[in-house]
Amino acid sequence: MNEASRRYAAVSGGFVATVLLVVLVLSLIVGAGEGIQYTLDSLAYGSLFAVMALGLALLFNVMGLMNFAYGELIMAGAYVMYFTRSWGWLGMILMTVLVVTILSLLMELIAFRPVRDASPVVLLVTSFAVSYGIQQLAWTDVFGLAHRFDSTIGTGPQKGVEPYPWLTNQFDVGGVLVSRLEIATFIVTGVLLVGLTLLLKKTTLGIQLRASSEDFRMAQLTGVRANWVISAAFGITGVLAGAVAILYILRTGAVAPDIGQGPLFVAFVGGVIGGLGSLGGAALGGFVLGAIINALSATLPITLKSHTQLFAFLVVIAILVLVPNGLVSIRGDAVKRLWRRVRRSPAPAEGAA
Amino acid sequence: MLRLIDVSVHYGRVAAVNDLTLEVNQGELVGLIGHNGAGKSTTLWTITGVQRPSAGQITFEGRSVVGVSPDGILRRGIALVPENRRIFSRLSVGENLHIGTSARRDRRAAQADVKRMCERFPVLGSLYDRQGSKLSGGEQQQLAIARALLARPRLLLLDEPTLGLAPLIVDQVFEILQELKEEGVTILLVEQNAARTIEVADRTYVMRSGGRIQFQGTADELASMGDFETAYIGLAETA
Repeated sequence: MNEASRRYAAVSGGFVATVLLVVLVLSLIVGAGEGIQYTLDSLAYGSLFAVMALGLALLFNVMGLMNFAYGELIMAGAYVMYFTRSWGWLGMILMTVLVVTILSLLMELIAFRPVRDASPVVLLVTSFAVSYGIQQLAWTDVFGLAHRFDSTIGTGPQKGVEPYPWLTNQFDVGGVLVSRLEIATFIVTGVLLVGLTLLLKKTTLGIQLRASSEDFRMAQLTGVRANWVISAAFGITGVLAGAVAILYILRTGAVAPDIGQGPLFVAFVGGVIGGLGSLGGAALGGFVLGAIINALSATLPITLKSHTQLFAFLVVIAILVLVPNGLVSIRGDAVKRLWRRVRRSPAPAEGAA
Repeated sequence: MLRLIDVSVHYGRVAAVNDLTLEVNQGELVGLIGHNGAGKSTTLWTITGVQRPSAGQITFEGRSVVGVSPDGILRRGIALVPENRRIFSRLSVGENLHIGTSARRDRRAAQADVKRMCERFPVLGSLYDRQGSKLSGGEQQQLAIARALLARPRLLLLDEPTLGLAPLIVDQVFEILQELKEEGVTILLVEQNAARTIEVADRTYVMRSGGRIQFQGTADELASMGDFETAYIGLAETA
């Protein structure tokens, strides 16, 4: 099995294993019927973070940038949704994706291009500066955002994007309650993941992106235009961020200047446990962590619910201890080797006894 | 075609290349030999725009290339086969070849060239879908040369193309260089294998530590210089 096949097998196996594990654990805790329902919800939530982690990993691989301002793209998307909610769902979606993509491209042009050849530390500090700067801009009175959202600071009621009842209302499918939003989340994230895979595998831009992510300098020396390929990476992550913003905000409804921080943190940590050096690995990590967080918040007793992230990150620590290079580094024959070890282990025990 | 006049390159305060003057004319195969750390690779990185010279001029076909980006220099017609091949190990052979055509606008002709390249280097044709990391050193070297040639460069720079290869494969690489030379490709070859380089090159520059040229000339001229061999071997011994 070659390296590429092994990675595909690891990522696909990881997705399937996560689904089965979440179904099993939730079914054991809350019963089969509710277990399947929570599973669907957790997988929908996880798939959002798979897309988000993929965007982070793409930039990390192409230019060594961990873009913490990615959360602010989600925030910008949330505000665009708030202001265009009355335009109808199609207008709102198109406008959100457009604005977020343009903002992503502007980030690259204004903030990251001038420091492209700088050290990774400079890139990291720049990404913090951009993140903090955009967030502070949203807190100020510029564009009337702070005034409009004053009530979100402190104890006032939180403003947000009014939900679409036809999208969020649940309906019964064989005893399992499902919403159109969950189905839409699966379809959109699935299309984005498959679409991005095809783009990376089958198009010239995709091959250039993969080459640049492996050896950026050599890609330049073979004629790949640095500006073009990096702008394309930011454009793609902008589209991904726009899609995530729409699905995430339609789900939570809340809009605030720091709304992107939580999802960014989950996607970042998810990417790390999956393996940021691999796009598939990062997507898998985001998916696993998102699904775990959602499953925990659904099943933890009410007194422990506020500590959901504590338990989720205990799982993260366990994963990193077991597979420090990320989930994608697990070999395709890991289960077989584990089984062999389990079968072998009783022998010395009996001998010792 | 390519002229370097009094070029100096510094890494911080350390001079890697000092007042280097070098010329490659159309259709020539020019060798640049010297021991490790002499500044040969730095010279190539500087020509290709990766390293900026601290002084001097570099012109290609009469135009300065100082300050031009690496992809811009490739578009001007200079391609590099780097040290250690640096093929894209996660990409297939076909994708590596495809990347080599990135600077070209004639997509159909480029596609036809990829096919021709697979005929010229049959091993690449037979391993078209194999991942780069799974190739042997010799196969990787052929891929690196083919990838550079697909840009249709007017000047090909090669940085130690025989490094780490088995003697039989080294022979193959020099055969390929001989063929390219006969086809009229202009080549600047950086090598440590002095004897083979002098044999195949029209002219050879011998670089000593600090990036200064100590000798230059054809194989006969270098052979007639009494102290060349001693000096070069002496340099090699100190490496």
